[in-house]
Amino acid sequence: MKRSISIFLFTLFVVLSTSLFASGGEGEHAPFDPAAVATHHISDANTYTILEWFTIPLPIIVYNKERGLEFFMSSKFHPDPSHHEDGHNSYNGYVMRHGSVYRIDQPGFPMEGEVHLDSTAFTSRKEMVEGKEKEVVYALYQGQEYKAVPRSTWDGGVLGGGITPFYDLSPSKNVIAMIIVCTFLLWLFIKAAKGYVKNVGQAPKGIQNLLEPIIIFIRDDVAIPFIGEKKYKKYFPFLISVFFFILGLNLFGQIPFFGGVNATGNISITLVLALLVFFIVNINGNRHYWAHIFWMPGVPIPMKILLALIEGMSLFIKPLTLMLRLAGNITAGHIAIISFIGLIFIFGNSGESLLGGSIGSIISVPLTMFMMALELIVAFIQAFVFTILTASYIGAATEEHHHEGAHH
Amino acid sequence: MTGTLAAVGAGLAVIGAGIGIGLVGSKAMESIARQPEAAGDIRSNMILMAAFVEGAALIAILLSIFVK
Repeated sequence: MKRSISIFLFTLFVVLSTSLFASGGEGEHAPFDPAAVATHHISDANTYTILEWFTIPLPIIVYNKERGLEFFMSSKFHPDPSHHEDGHNSYNGYVMRHGSVYRIDQPGFPMEGEVHLDSTAFTSRKEMVEGKEKEVVYALYQGQEYKAVPRSTWDGGVLGGGITPFYDLSPSKNVIAMIIVCTFLLWLFIKAAKGYVKNVGQAPKGIQNLLEPIIIFIRDDVAIPFIGEKKYKKYFPFLISVFFFILGLNLFGQIPFFGGVNATGNISITLVLALLVFFIVNINGNRHYWAHIFWMPGVPIPMKILLALIEGMSLFIKPLTLMLRLAGNITAGHIAIISFIGLIFIFGNSGESLLGGSIGSIISVPLTMFMMALELIVAFIQAFVFTILTASYIGAATEEHHHEGAHH
Repeated sequence: MTGTLAAVGAGLAVIGAGIGIGLVGSKAMESIARQPEAAGDIRSNMILMAAFVEGAALIAILLSIFVK
């Protein structure tokens, strides 16, 4: 019985995925580009699309020197959920391409109100900009091309961005995911806390049973061994918060057909987490910690200078790897899943061949299921690794040395 | 051409990290087999060490992405 149910579900899934892609294959369409699809799925967006079909508009807050601060909803762009979230309309000179807001930076384009773009709204090509090859986006309006620029980034062009005519302060898809996860965690923990007040001295019930083992595990296996019995209480709330925040976002991003939010895979979010760790570790670092970085006791002077250089670098490398590890692992998981799903479209010649699509589905579905199971483990491991490394850095910074001279 | 060379660099970095994490894992499994009662301590230290090894590979991958 069980076996027949699983065979039925498997067949249903294959048929559904095949028909889904086949229905998208009508009319003219560009050849399938797996790299572009993967990049689009792991990036942040100004709109929230569920299942390539349903779009939740998000508020857009943009600042431009000439126009000032503007506030409107992303529905003004009429983004097409099945077409890479490209907007059909432009609004006050802003357009939406691949879910992100761009601004037209070329005279002649109507900058006031809603304007309907051409049916193929965007085109892009590689151009040399200030000695670097960059992808430049053009919006098409009445057969004319108008250059569109992305939002300003603070990195000054190191990571591919730069300062452009507008700033984007909108709560994007990732922000919405963080708000949802934090609200859920708040509800979960308040419910568990109420449980402890209600049944004092009794065995834990319900949600308490879910949370208590995890919290005890982090306390007994992470906080106490690394930070020490005496001091762990000061840092324990931070460790728990970081663990559940990362775990919650990792798992939220794994829900199929629910936007596939890649929040913990976004380098700016992990950057903030790593900066928090950096400040907590270095503000609480004691005399011995700084002595070990800048003037290592018990070694000859040339060695002290060399070690100061290395330790000074590792001061920044530690949070850097913390940031990259989380973002890299989660993004890699998302890309792997998207690539396996992309097999359907590659085999099916992006909707031309039903047979190829079916074969692709048969290969792709088990691979995707395996990958998602693996990603569930990775979600836990990465949250745990981030917490354990934070604890070990805090432990190293606050460790007391009882015997002076006996250093290691 | 730079893009492909960078990809080769990232691959080489991952080979190193793979060997390193493999060594950490194999030794940790051996020690757990020898002393099952210390499994908890060994496991958390194993994850810590694997994370450190991975850190070097991550820096290499980052460089291979951004240095062109």
